[in-house]
Amino acid sequence: MNVGIVGYGVYIPRYRIKVEEIAKIWGEDPERIKRGLMVEEKSVPAPDEDTATIAVEAARNAVKRAGIDPQEIGAIYVGSESHPYAVKPTATIVAEAIEATPRLTAADFEFACKAGTAGIQTCIGAVEAGMMKYGMAIGADTAQGAPGDPLEYTAAAGGGAFIVGKNNGESLAMVEGTYSYTTDTPDFWRREMRPYPKHGGRFTGKPAYFKHVISAAHGLLRQLKFTPQDFTYAVFHQPNGKFPLQAAAELGFSKEQVLPGLLTPKIGNTYSGASLIGLASVLDQARPGDRVLVVSFGSGAGSDAFSMVVKDAIEEKRDRAPKVVDYVNTKAYVDYSTYAKYRKLLVR
Amino acid sequence: MRDVAIIGVGLTKFGELWDVSFRQMMIEAGARALEDAKIDGKQIDAMYVGNMSAGQFIRQEHISSLIADHAGLVPIPSTRVEGACASGGLALRQAVIAVASGIHDFVVAAGIEKMTDILSGQATGALATAADQEWEVFVGATFPALYALMARRHMYEFGTTEEQMAMVAVKNHQNACLNPCAQYHTKITVDSVLKSPPVTLPLKLLDCSPITDGAACVILAPAEKARKFTDTPILVAGTGQASDSISLHSRASLTSLRAAREAAKMAYKASGIEPKDVDLAEVHDCFTIAEIIAIEDLGFCKKGEGGKVTQEGETAIGGRIPVNTSGGLKGKGHPVGATGIAQAAEIVQQLRGEAGKRQVKGAEIGLTHNVGGSGGTAVVHIFRRGD
Repeated sequence: MNVGIVGYGVYIPRYRIKVEEIAKIWGEDPERIKRGLMVEEKSVPAPDEDTATIAVEAARNAVKRAGIDPQEIGAIYVGSESHPYAVKPTATIVAEAIEATPRLTAADFEFACKAGTAGIQTCIGAVEAGMMKYGMAIGADTAQGAPGDPLEYTAAAGGGAFIVGKNNGESLAMVEGTYSYTTDTPDFWRREMRPYPKHGGRFTGKPAYFKHVISAAHGLLRQLKFTPQDFTYAVFHQPNGKFPLQAAAELGFSKEQVLPGLLTPKIGNTYSGASLIGLASVLDQARPGDRVLVVSFGSGAGSDAFSMVVKDAIEEKRDRAPKVVDYVNTKAYVDYSTYAKYRKLLVR
Repeated sequence: MRDVAIIGVGLTKFGELWDVSFRQMMIEAGARALEDAKIDGKQIDAMYVGNMSAGQFIRQEHISSLIADHAGLVPIPSTRVEGACASGGLALRQAVIAVASGIHDFVVAAGIEKMTDILSGQATGALATAADQEWEVFVGATFPALYALMARRHMYEFGTTEEQMAMVAVKNHQNACLNPCAQYHTKITVDSVLKSPPVTLPLKLLDCSPITDGAACVILAPAEKARKFTDTPILVAGTGQASDSISLHSRASLTSLRAAREAAKMAYKASGIEPKDVDLAEVHDCFTIAEIIAIEDLGFCKKGEGGKVTQEGETAIGGRIPVNTSGGLKGKGHPVGATGIAQAAEIVQQLRGEAGKRQVKGAEIGLTHNVGGSGGTAVVHIFRRGD
């Protein structure tokens, strides 16, 4: 494999709601939820933000970091489970906004929370095959959780964009390999025309998240003949704070390897954005030579695992756009009624 | 009437068996029981299966035929028996009567429930159909609420404490840790029970038995033929069954189950065994208060002292009368239709001396107590070593 990451960018809306504020409405014990889910607060999109605007912001940051001419981008894939349109792609909106049109291909992907990494794999294939110089993959969501559902404590908004190119002097990380693990496992789903997803409760854990994340990670480690000790960082899909740490422990990764890429406690679960924002957070602080494992998870169900080695270009590129920590720290709290209005639970 | 013996037992692992289907579970438990009895399936004459509600849990009725078919036992008579959470115990009793009467020789008594294919809220609703729909469920009561009323009244009348109830859960989890088939292999503390989220106070989450998939199977034979299969046949010394009003509010007492007392009386009388002779018991601890009431109803302690004797360790392994050595419904899990059969399987293993780390030393007489709903049905069996 001779591809690398040329640029990356994220976006997280500035509004936050605390677990306490949601728990108060439903008569739940906030401490218990915070302990159980390891989540403190989640991001809330403003009324004029959606997956398209989030994807555009992340894409602009990625282009800034990459320092490339957007006209050289040959593909834009946007993975999300909250595309604003059922028919008509988000990817074309992004392409137009970053001035990558018209000589490119574009499409929207859907695979629950892992559509973004599926886009990265597609870009890797296209770049490796020589079909294009650069491909951009985005994972972004304004996640839905029904009022009163446990999902409401975590369903957040945010996105990450990654530009894939040949592995040369411009790449800030070299992709060493990727491995996917996919089955038909109905742990979480949303039917057409339904506003909120349904899920199988405890079934979303062991037979879904853990089975796929751990199998994909094992598969990649075996393929590349690595052990957890060969990695400086490990990023796992993070529907809550607890699952990634539990998966890491089962695989033999330490908390120290995981925490730099674990954002859920502060921003909630950004669904398609989650593992990509985690990876961006790691790149924001990694040194050349560091090896990073990324494992996404999408319900339904599947995981994509990647191994990357950070390269010298990171030092020069990372300050060209806002970092994850900048977005995490730029925040304004809303109460539940404002949240309800922003999320269109209240409509006049 | 002929004496009846159990010559084989088999269980699946209890828990969230997401990758095992209803029929696979039953076949697994059945195959283990046949193997344990060293009997060929061709020799089986009839089958009784306890199952509360496959219709609601997996939308499959007519499971008597389904199981006979997939077990390769057609064309023998196969009958489903339903009495809510006592379905397994009732199936065992029907099988015992069939062998005792001389109608059949080798009879399978099985129990099964597949409960985790639906969401827990739906499972709670399915279970609640075992209460009085018009007078209990329509006004909002589910089983935790009904048992909470019993607990409150027991606390009021006898000074039973939430700590004492928690001790039932702690003991049963401890026992479950020693049972490879049990759903939970986690130790809990009185403190963690008290701090667990409220379900219907005074019952907290860890006062309640879980939602479980599981199947269990025992094989019965006439006592005179049992020795051909095993050196340690376990005799069914007595069986008793009784009914009461389905709704809690129609009963004279909230702190004792009349059906359980009557069923016990019948089984004690049939066996000539008294409560003091019993070495261990598996009782229906669907909620912790239910075990306290059960040991009182069965005569293991004075009325009102169930909490106290639990606190004093009398019901622990090594105590005066070990209760729920398997982990009980709380620790082993409660696949409702399978529970009554699983209780019998535990007693058989104990009386044979094959219960491993949870073995009650020198156990010769054991009892099972299986309750349907909040006490509308109860069935009690007494077993003793037949060698």
